[in-house]
Amino acid sequence: MELITSPHLQSPDDFYEALIEAHRDLDNAASQALNARLVLLLSNHIGSLDLLQQALQAARGTTPHR
Amino acid sequence: MQLNELAARKGDDIDYQKLVFDYTRNPDQDASEPVRRPVVVVGAGPVGLALAIDLAQRDIPVVLLDNDNTLSTGSRAICFAKRTLEIFDRLGCGDRMVDKGVSWNVGKVFFKQEQVYAFDLLPETGHARPAFINLQQYYVEGYLAERAAQLPLIDLRWKNKVAGVEQHDDHVTLTIETPDGPYQLEADHVAACDGGRSAMRQLIGQESKGRIFRDRFLIADVKMNYDGPAERWFWFDPSFHPNQSVLLHRQPDGVWRIDFQLGWDANPDEEKKPENIVPRVKALLAHSAMKDADFELEWASVYTFACLRMDRFRHGRVIFAGDSAHGVSPFGARGANSGVQDAENLAWKLAAVVAGHAPDALLDTCADEREYAADENIRNSTRATDFITPKSDISRLFRDAVLELAKTHPFARTLVNSGRLSVPATLHGSTLNTPDAETFAGQMVPGSAATDAPLVRPDGGPTWLLRELGQNFTALVVVGGESDALVRSLEGVAATDVPLKVLRLASPGGSAGDSLVDRAGLAAQRYDLRPGTVYLFRPDQHVCARWRKPTAAQVGAAIKRALALA
Repeated sequence: MELITSPHLQSPDDFYEALIEAHRDLDNAASQALNARLVLLLSNHIGSLDLLQQALQAARGTTPHR
Repeated sequence: MQLNELAARKGDDIDYQKLVFDYTRNPDQDASEPVRRPVVVVGAGPVGLALAIDLAQRDIPVVLLDNDNTLSTGSRAICFAKRTLEIFDRLGCGDRMVDKGVSWNVGKVFFKQEQVYAFDLLPETGHARPAFINLQQYYVEGYLAERAAQLPLIDLRWKNKVAGVEQHDDHVTLTIETPDGPYQLEADHVAACDGGRSAMRQLIGQESKGRIFRDRFLIADVKMNYDGPAERWFWFDPSFHPNQSVLLHRQPDGVWRIDFQLGWDANPDEEKKPENIVPRVKALLAHSAMKDADFELEWASVYTFACLRMDRFRHGRVIFAGDSAHGVSPFGARGANSGVQDAENLAWKLAAVVAGHAPDALLDTCADEREYAADENIRNSTRATDFITPKSDISRLFRDAVLELAKTHPFARTLVNSGRLSVPATLHGSTLNTPDAETFAGQMVPGSAATDAPLVRPDGGPTWLLRELGQNFTALVVVGGESDALVRSLEGVAATDVPLKVLRLASPGGSAGDSLVDRAGLAAQRYDLRPGTVYLFRPDQHVCARWRKPTAAQVGAAIKRALALA
């Protein structure tokens, strides 16, 4: 399966607002920790190692070589 | 004392750490020409002793050299895994280890003060041996030495230090230093089991390469009057030892083993001083149910570690086994356990080659298979080390996020890595395996170490599958189909140079006769057995072939393949 990079979010603006809101009042360290927990939760939801590796490559800015 | 006195004194009153064995001048030292021996094993630690016992049990005479004349001090290896105990059973000293050792299956992981995770390494019943025992290394060496003392084919020479190695086409010449001066000894084969700082490795100009971890750990063996549970407790970042990890294990004789991570900047000489250790132990106890326990310090050491291995475990007629060949971090107890498995892999192959039943190429497979296993052990212990001692801020951030999530989210517990505890490597892709031609469910693929199951003997008594397997090859034939005809024709296979033991196994409700009975049905479940199914086990209790309804010729061909004859 290919990592979905075309628009897929149900409600992009609502999601973005919620993401920023989740960090409200947190100092930098707490925000970093929240992000780390978020990555782990979402990774578990995806489950597929292949998909996660595609996402890691996309995030690092390298061309996925498959 | 002499080794045979140890066998006679067998008992719990022996202080194995204080034993001193006598150097005895061997007639080989007075020979005008170097004497040739079939096998010389260098190093009488757990690996060398296990190898020597295994070889002697296979009727191969062994010279076992040790540069010292004492056993180990301190708990050191401490955790001995199920597979190792099964090997010790085969070597005739498993009961002694398990009777003395503290058996455990459960581990608990704490983050700061809170338990985040508990695991059971052996959640199913129907195994003769527990997932682990904790036993001080000096007991393990002492019991192996007692067993070795019963075997006249073992010639154990204390204070014999190898100082020179010369490789020839068909033998090795060793120069050996003794209190009486040096002598030379020739060997058809040499097994180097002389530990992490292997002199053998240096003498042949090889090195072990890999990652050295910039961290230090303090081990303290503490004698304490406290009846706590036999579990492995691991703390990440506890308040009594902030920013570091701590590991606690219960051992026999009321001794508790505590490993404190110290960081790279710690001064090993200072940390080893009792006045610096005692406050650390007190701090731990104050934060536990043991807070009022009195304790005394038995032994302490500060260590660093590396994950590394030699490029090749075989160099001509010298084969490396145990820490001499590979090193791992201690998380996961993969050092001594994998070393004993190296020894078991080597023993039957060396015996077959020395007896002329198999070609020299079989010894290459020893290196291939154990290099594969070493890579698996190094991968596991490196990953655990990176989790336990994060090397960057972001690594630490994710580590703590995993631990935080693990308190409430089960998925995160699978990421918590305080050590992936030693299990035997499955030798996928070994050239000695006969690949499956039929479909089987379960874990017992060719290359796997046989898993145990309770069985009933023909006389109605209880037994275990692993205890019924022979010292050489074993064919397990499930009664039914045309198995009677197969068993008769396997007798022809059994009459060859390498003996084949044929075990007949009846299903739970099946007819017994002279067969074993799988009354609990666990063998059928673990091996996906049906009437007529046959499993072929190597002498080291690894599955090497299986069929639904083979001919004797197929079984014979698989044995040849497992001996590198085909």
